[in-house]
Amino acid sequence: MDKGTRYVPTATPETKHFWDGTRQGRLLVQQCRQCEHTYFPPRPFCCKCGSRDVAPIECSGRAHLYSYVINHRAAPGFEAPYSIAVVELEEGPRMMTNIVNVPQTPEALVLDMPLRVTFKELTGEITLPLFEPEGVAS
Amino acid sequence: MSKAQAAIVGAAETTRIGVVPDMSQLQLHADAALNALADAGITARQIDGIATAGEDPVLLAHYLGVKPTWIDGTAVGGCSFMMHVRHAIAAIRQGLCSTVLVTHGESGKSRLPAPYFPWPPQPMSLFGQFEAPFGIAGAPTMFTMPVLRYLKTYGITLEKLAMVPVIQRQWAALNPKATFKDPITVSDVLGARMVAYPFTLLMCCPQTDGGGALIITAAERAADFPTKPVYVLGAGEASETTMISQMEDFNSSAAFRNSGAAAFRDAGISHSDVDHLMIYDAFAHLPLYGLEDLGFCGRGEAADMIAGGHTAPGGSLPVNTNGGGLSYMHSGMYGMYALQESVRQVRGIAPAQVPNAKISIAHGVGGMFSVSSTIVLGNVVP
Repeated sequence: MDKGTRYVPTATPETKHFWDGTRQGRLLVQQCRQCEHTYFPPRPFCCKCGSRDVAPIECSGRAHLYSYVINHRAAPGFEAPYSIAVVELEEGPRMMTNIVNVPQTPEALVLDMPLRVTFKELTGEITLPLFEPEGVAS
Repeated sequence: MSKAQAAIVGAAETTRIGVVPDMSQLQLHADAALNALADAGITARQIDGIATAGEDPVLLAHYLGVKPTWIDGTAVGGCSFMMHVRHAIAAIRQGLCSTVLVTHGESGKSRLPAPYFPWPPQPMSLFGQFEAPFGIAGAPTMFTMPVLRYLKTYGITLEKLAMVPVIQRQWAALNPKATFKDPITVSDVLGARMVAYPFTLLMCCPQTDGGGALIITAAERAADFPTKPVYVLGAGEASETTMISQMEDFNSSAAFRNSGAAAFRDAGISHSDVDHLMIYDAFAHLPLYGLEDLGFCGRGEAADMIAGGHTAPGGSLPVNTNGGGLSYMHSGMYGMYALQESVRQVRGIAPAQVPNAKISIAHGVGGMFSVSSTIVLGNVVP
């Protein structure tokens, strides 16, 4: 990969359903049918009870801002300053993301603010789940 | 208290640290090893166990002329060297080897070569799929991720966070080998160039060149060596996750808690026994997590403890007395330097010596709160 091009992930057999989901505008996490543990990132077994009886569930897309940094240095495909955040989904799991459609400032990015998922297509294969403040007209 | 589990009978850093453009990474390992061997009064021929991270232990053994019967290449980041000490104790007790050399060397500044940092990461790795695509740009955008949550949970201001580098600079001022020695203020820290909000440049470690090495043997053999023995009284290790986004609680490190508790239990000591403490500090928030997760204060109290001068020169619990990763040096995997300062303190030869230091703890981290190891050292067999 060129140093100046934006980083693009590649799905594996265990994560393909997640990336298929985002491409269709759906945010999927997994849930154990035995103990009901809901988890992320994807794996074909429950990391709590060990059961292989797990299935994807579609998230509401609602989350809140758990923590973040605002990177002030350039990165390929990103215009500094930009936020890198960890959000907590309504369903429980946390994931890394960017908070978009909001000024990239500490004043605008307030911990625990309500967010909702939005999707950004990187390639034909990969669409990233990003988050924006609840109520923003996107 | 339990008896000594092993002894460190040789300890040294590279001949120079900071900017060392005339040594490769491999030679930094070797230079530190030769200095530690000289310190112990032995040669490579008497070493039969070798452990290192960031360099191939087999390559290093041959380069040095060591013929090991025990090899440990545990490489989990900056606390690998603490783990090597712990693993060496077990190996020596088991009779797998008798005299272990642990080395570190890294050309963080001169980049001969640059420290190993797999970038770009494998696009199929979990990190590559679920963290890297969001503009991750090295440690300053990962290790720092939990801190805003921590500050909010405990109502701690950025000014208080900025006191960590301010106090550590006070220690660095007492250390002629420190990279940065000039005093700094809270406004210097907060006014420095922003790297990744809320972290300014003065809240982040530099990248410098250097290395260090330790020689470990059975406690019963310590008297055979010319150095004042430093006993390993206890050790711990624990891991959590290589993905910072999946750390269970952004207010506390499970790896820190579990490694620290194991080391205290193993050594059979309590907090009041500890005279000196090193907490791996690649970034300004780590001493806060370290003090709390090791149990030296309550949850959310570490910032006040530091701002109140309790860890500063003259304080009740001297912490990061070499100036820490923030001011002393940071090659990339800092753990060896924390161990070296703990050894110096219990030997009584540190530049900023803590009077009568008997027990020191060196607490390390690997990755971004991924993994931890904790070593308890003492100059007496309790």
